[in-house]
Amino acid sequence: MALSASQLNAGDTHEEVVVDDLTRTQLVMYSGASGDYNPLHTDDLYCKEAAGYPGVFAHGMLSMGLTGKMLTNYVGDGRLKKYGVRFTNQVWPGDTLTAKATVVEVRDEDGDKVVELALETVNQDGKTVVTGSATARVDP
Amino acid sequence: MADDIKMPVEGSHIMMFARSVGDENPIYHDEEYAKTTEVGHIIAPPTFPRAVAQFDPDYFLRWRPSQEWFGSGKNPTSISEKPKSSGGLHAEQHFEYHRQLKPGDQLTVTVKPGKTWEKESKRAGKLMFTETIQEYRDQNGELVITSRGVGVKTERPVDQS
Repeated sequence: MALSASQLNAGDTHEEVVVDDLTRTQLVMYSGASGDYNPLHTDDLYCKEAAGYPGVFAHGMLSMGLTGKMLTNYVGDGRLKKYGVRFTNQVWPGDTLTAKATVVEVRDEDGDKVVELALETVNQDGKTVVTGSATARVDP
Repeated sequence: MADDIKMPVEGSHIMMFARSVGDENPIYHDEEYAKTTEVGHIIAPPTFPRAVAQFDPDYFLRWRPSQEWFGSGKNPTSISEKPKSSGGLHAEQHFEYHRQLKPGDQLTVTVKPGKTWEKESKRAGKLMFTETIQEYRDQNGELVITSRGVGVKTERPVDQS
């Protein structure tokens, strides 16, 4: 279901829990699919004893992928024109992340109606792990 | 400048990628369902383009036989010298979509260096940022996706307190 410009208002929000109790297995799956095999994301021994981290943590791109799931669920498939994020905090196994999109404005762009969204993903402690923005084509 | 990378887009790779981000939307794996949607075919999740790493023959974050690898084996790290920095982290990622990817696309990805800059931080010391632009063109030479990534190297591991 696509969004409709006539029914969108600045300040409207949509949020989803995009992962509940993040597992190390999912980090391995993401490494395998994405091709990013950095041991920081799969190798606890390396993290603790060589890299100086308490353990493995999620790929930034996994946080973006999880946030993207909320985004495409909200705007519909094939509707994104732009999607960008900043990674503000690391994501750890056991984390539960909630991703939220807030409507900034609806405007015309290249003959289409588009919605501009502000994005934020927070962990179970309310700490922001991803901030970003997206532009998506919407129906009139 | 790095050589162009050839990236074939395949249905099974899209399915694995969607699984890894926990996205069970059938448009990423079910062709029959995808035909009934507005787009009309299987598409890739929005962050899929970064899986171009799989097709970069020299990607430095992939273990290879007969090459030194910095992850653990017998020891916490298999390289003799301690790395000078704690390694790179991803700071920012931006995509612009000109059309949706579909299985069968044969992409050519051109990598262009962007800006570099430095910043001081309380949590990780000196931060060195590097921007990379990637342009994804299809089999017809049309620009499909533009990606801008910012990587950061930290002077020390990020303080967790």
